[in-house]
Amino acid sequence: MSQQVLSPAIHEGRAGRTFGRIFVSREFSVFAALAVLVIVTVVVNPRFLSGQGVKDLLLNSTIFVIMAVGLALVVITNNVDLSIGSILGLAAFGTGSLFHAFPSIPIPLVFLIGMGFGAVLGAINGLVVTIAGVPSLVITLGTLYIFRGISNAWAGSTQYFIGNEPPAFGNLSVQTLFGIPLFAIAALIVVIIAAVFMFSTRAGRDLYAIGSDTDAARLFGIPVNSRVVGAFIASGALSGLAGVLYASRFNSVGADTGTGFELQIVAAVVVGGVAIFGGSGTVTGAAIGAVLLTTMTGALAALNVSKFWQQAIVGVLIIAAILLDRILSIRTARKLRVSEARNV
Amino acid sequence: MSDTPTMTPNTTPHQTTRTTATAAPVKARSTARRLLLGRNANSVYVLVLIVILASILVPYFAGTATVSFLLIDAIPILLMAMPMALIIISGEIDLSVASTAGLSAATMGVLFHNQHWNIWWVFVACIIIGLLCGAFNGVLITTFGLPSLAVTIGTLALFRGLALVVIGDSAVADFPTDLTAFATSTIGATGIPTFMIFVAVVVIVFAVILHFTPFGRALYALGFSTEAASFVGIRVNRSKFWLYVASGGISAFAGIFWVLRYSSAQSDSVSGLELSVVAAVLLGGVSIFGGSGGIVGVVAGVLIIRTVNYSLQLAGLPDTVLTIVTGTLLVLSVIAPSVSARIRRSTEKRRNHNITREVSSA
Repeated sequence: MSQQVLSPAIHEGRAGRTFGRIFVSREFSVFAALAVLVIVTVVVNPRFLSGQGVKDLLLNSTIFVIMAVGLALVVITNNVDLSIGSILGLAAFGTGSLFHAFPSIPIPLVFLIGMGFGAVLGAINGLVVTIAGVPSLVITLGTLYIFRGISNAWAGSTQYFIGNEPPAFGNLSVQTLFGIPLFAIAALIVVIIAAVFMFSTRAGRDLYAIGSDTDAARLFGIPVNSRVVGAFIASGALSGLAGVLYASRFNSVGADTGTGFELQIVAAVVVGGVAIFGGSGTVTGAAIGAVLLTTMTGALAALNVSKFWQQAIVGVLIIAAILLDRILSIRTARKLRVSEARNV
Repeated sequence: MSDTPTMTPNTTPHQTTRTTATAAPVKARSTARRLLLGRNANSVYVLVLIVILASILVPYFAGTATVSFLLIDAIPILLMAMPMALIIISGEIDLSVASTAGLSAATMGVLFHNQHWNIWWVFVACIIIGLLCGAFNGVLITTFGLPSLAVTIGTLALFRGLALVVIGDSAVADFPTDLTAFATSTIGATGIPTFMIFVAVVVIVFAVILHFTPFGRALYALGFSTEAASFVGIRVNRSKFWLYVASGGISAFAGIFWVLRYSSAQSDSVSGLELSVVAAVLLGGVSIFGGSGGIVGVVAGVLIIRTVNYSLQLAGLPDTVLTIVTGTLLVLSVIAPSVSARIRRSTEKRRNHNITREVSSA
C-alpha cells in the first residue's frame, strides 16, 4: 500500500517493476500472514486443512469477504459504514420471512429483493451523510441501532429455520462447482467486479480522489455527493446479499443475527490495507483481510485457544493495522522529502 | 493518506458553525442574553418541553417514582458524558467508554469473587484499569497521531474482548448487600438517588474545568484548530492525553456503579451505552466538529434521552425497540445544527443579494 500513497499514475507506466511491486504490496503481506497462519495451524493440528476444513473456511469467509468489499468502497471515500451488521441482520430475517410467507418464491428473486432492500438502507445512510454534511461515523452509529431496533421490533422472539423449508435454498450453501463451494465462487465474482470497477472505471478512480481530498475532488468537478451515496448503496446492497447468503448457510435467523459483525468487517478492511483516512487501498486487500480474519477464528479453535480471545484479537488487529499504516505513511513522506531535496 | 486528523472533514456547514460561534464573543452579548439564547439554553428548553409533554400524555409520569427511576439510569450516562463532552469539544471522540466500563465491571467481578479481594481494593484496581485504558487511547492518539475515531473503534473491540477474557461467560452476583443497596437507595422521600451526590460532584468539577480554567478555554481553541492552538502555546497532545485518561477513569467508575446497581458483573455489562453518551452530548448542543458546547447543555441532553426513553417505557414499548428512538435522537442531534446552518446561510445569501441589488439600483 505504500506506493498508493503516492500518485498511482507514477507507477502505472513502469511495467517492468510490476513484479517487484507485487512483493512489497500490502495485499501480498496480508496474504503472506494468511499463509503463515495456515501453515502454523496445520503443523499443530493437521485436521485443519482436511477437505471439509478448507470447505468450511471458504464458506465462512464468503459472507465477510462480500461485506468487506462493500465497506472498502465506503472507507476509500474517507467515510465509514457501521450499520452493515444490522443491514445483514434485516436482510437475513427478511429472507426468512419471505420464505415463510411465500414458500414457492423463486430463489433468484429472493436474492434480488435482499440486495434491493440492503441498497435502500445504504441509500438512507448515504443521503443523510451527504445532504447534512456530517461525519458518517456518527450517522451510521445511529442507524446501526435504528436498523437493529427495527429488526428487534419486526422479529421479536421469532426465529426462522430456513434450511429445510425450501430445500433448494438451504442446499445452495453445500453445492459445489468443480469442488469449489458455490458461495466462494459468488464471493470471487463480487471481488473481481469490484476490483475491475475500482481500477479501471472513472467512477472507481473518483472514489480514491474523494478519499484523498474531498475539497480538491469537488473543485475538480467530481460529483462527490452522488459518488459517496453510490458507495453507501453498494455497501448496503452487498450487506443485503451477505444477509441472504447467511440465511442459506446458517439456517436459523432472528432479531440478533449479525450483531457485532461491523467491528470484524472494519478490522478486515483496515488489516487488508484500506487506510481508514480514505484514498488508498484495494478491495482485493480488504477481501484477503476478511479471509485472514475468518481463518484466524477457525485457527483459534484448531489451536485450542479460548474463544473468548477472539474479540480482543480483532481489536488488536484494528489498532495494529492503523498503526502500521501510520508508520508506513511517515516513512514514505520522509523518503519523498529526501528525494525531492536531492533533485534540487 | 493525509496527515491531518480525520475527525473534521472540511465541509462548509462546519465552517459556518465556526464563524457564528466565534462571532458571539465579539458581539459581547450580555450574560443574561447568552444564558437565554445560547445552544445550551435550547437543550434546556427542549428538556422542559419534553417533561411537560410527558407529564400530560404519559400516565403515571408525574411522581417521585419517575424521579428515581429516571435519574438512576441517567447516572452512568451522565458520568461518561462529562469527559466525552470535553473530548468532543476538543475535536476528538471516544467510542470505547462503554467497553472500558465493561472491562472494569468484569475485573470487579473476578477480583471480588475469585480472588477474594477486599471490595475497596477492588474499586481502586478497577479505577486504575480504567485510567490505563484511557492512557492507552491517549498514547495512540497523541504520541502516534492516529485518528481518535479509528483508535477508539479498535479499543471498543479490544476492551470488550478483554472483559470476555477476564470473566468469560460467567456472571458474579454476590456483592456486599449494603453496597448494592446503597447504589439503589434514594435521599429521603425526594426520590433522588443517593449516588447522585457523587455525580453532582463530578459534573461540577468538569463544569469548573471547562468553563473557568485556562485548560478548559484551551479545549475550545483545540476544537477550532489544532494548529492555531499550538501556535498560541497550548500543549495540544498533553491536554488531549489527560482528557482520555479522565475518560477512562470516569468510565471505570460508571462501570462500578453499573455492577452495584444491577448486582451483577458480566462480560456484556454496559455494552452499547456509548451510543447514548454520544447522543446525549450532541443533543446537549456540543458540535460534532468541536469547538462549541457547554456542560449545562450536556446535562440537559442526558436528561432528554432518559426522559424520552423512560416515558416510552412507561407507555409500554419494549426495551429492544427503544434503541430505534436513541438512534434517531443521535442522528437528529447531528444533522439539526448543520441543516439549520444551511438554512441560515441561504437566508443570509438572499439578504446580501437584496442589499447588493438595492445598492446598485441606488
